Amino acid sequence: MRFFEYEAREIVKRAGIPVTDFGFARTAAEAREIAERIGGPTVIKSQVLTGGRMKAGGVKFAEGPEEAEGHAATILELQINGHVPRGVLVDPRAEVKQEYYAGVVWDGIREQPVMLFSDMGGIDIEEVAATHPDHVGRGHFSNLVSVSDFQAKQVIAQTGVTGSALTRITPILARLARLFSERDMTLAEINPLGETGDAKFVALDAHMEMENEARPRQRALLSELGVGDEETRQAREPTEFELAGEAVDAQDHRGVAGNVTEFDGDLGLVIGAGGGSLTLFDAVRKYGGRPANYCEIGGNPSVAKACGLAKLVLTKPGVDKIAVMMSIVSNTRVDIVARGVIKACLELDMDPAEKIAIFRIPGAWEEEGFKILDHYGVDYADRRVSLHEAARRAVEKIQGAAASEGDGADAPRVDGRTSGEVTEV
Amino acid sequence: MRKDGIFIGIEVDDALAGDAEAVARLEEACPVDIYAQTERGGLEIVAENIDECVLCRLCLDATPQGGVRVLKLYDHEAALA
Repeated sequence: MRFFEYEAREIVKRAGIPVTDFGFARTAAEAREIAERIGGPTVIKSQVLTGGRMKAGGVKFAEGPEEAEGHAATILELQINGHVPRGVLVDPRAEVKQEYYAGVVWDGIREQPVMLFSDMGGIDIEEVAATHPDHVGRGHFSNLVSVSDFQAKQVIAQTGVTGSALTRITPILARLARLFSERDMTLAEINPLGETGDAKFVALDAHMEMENEARPRQRALLSELGVGDEETRQAREPTEFELAGEAVDAQDHRGVAGNVTEFDGDLGLVIGAGGGSLTLFDAVRKYGGRPANYCEIGGNPSVAKACGLAKLVLTKPGVDKIAVMMSIVSNTRVDIVARGVIKACLELDMDPAEKIAIFRIPGAWEEEGFKILDHYGVDYADRRVSLHEAARRAVEKIQGAAASEGDGADAPRVDGRTSGEVTEV
Repeated sequence: MRKDGIFIGIEVDDALAGDAEAVARLEEACPVDIYAQTERGGLEIVAENIDECVLCRLCLDATPQGGVRVLKLYDHEAALA
């Protein structure tokens, strides 16, 4: 989940990192009051969860309170990329000697957070990394052990920063790294980190994104920031299809059958199990398939829940068939999921053998599940068929036999067609 | 009495279905609420829950042998033993 800039700044401030004397206003009159308190020139910034504010006219400079009020009134009426501003942030216009970048991001490959620092702040760190790689310092750290100031110092020193600046920036980066771990962030960024004329360092902008699953653990912080449970804070508002998926998952406590994301393809997916959803989604795309959705099923959902999810996907406009696939399951019963997806077909007056392109869920109670699938003539595969091969078969079914033969050359090779006959070679 | 879902059929001996004590045991035993006791103590097989049966055998254990039969309709009505 993402935070507005004024919230991100508050989080930074609570972590002991110096920030400007900013204020958040929901009305132009409030913006004027804050500008009066600040005294002197200010920056008025639209509070939206999207980029491109400056280009869209969502950031304006004011010399005094009256101008600040006028700019705030204009910005509050301005939609940016379809986002209506939550309010405006009123910030003192700082005299900055140099801008730096300080950030912490999750490195999915190393499976560790990584501190990033650059002495070229104010622009995208990706751009700096591409054009001036020697101006970017990096350092991984463990989420299990509190990061030390020394680790942060090493990262900053990689960019050639020395002396008093190095000493003063070190605790800022270290605190940002600790904030990242303690607040379950996936991104914590200060850009720019400004060095003022009196050699002080202050966060001039901040960007925070938190792991969505951490919301219950960070409830106190969210409550203090005024973030309601109803605010998804995702990259876009959920679609009706996605909301319907949430409703299916919420219908009872057993297992998971939801976390649905809508796409515009013709192959509906009922997928899951320990990262299996992402793997299978990617595999379908690899073989030229067009997923109609992403979802997650697991943890032994009830028949009703599996049925509800399958019904939702089957009735999505444009969906021709569904692929029911998971990696090997131990805490989800194959027969229960089989019942759910077949029941969905039957209740929609659809032929399960026709609508289910493939059922590939090996694991607990698979013998019972396979009996059900046999009974309804559904094409299924057991663990001898890889996830990739199952995805390829699903794509082949929906596109016709000729599809995906060419681009699947590097996929696992599997002989045979049905579970009883296949042998991975 | 017998009631079928799509995948599972439940057959309960009529005498057992009228025995309030046995019905109470069934209601307590079933983890997915297939059995419910009516106000008069009789048995109601909850249609919407039949296909949720997890084949746990707890209903068989809670009643005298042959009193309850759980049938797999997808497997030639094989009875859960």
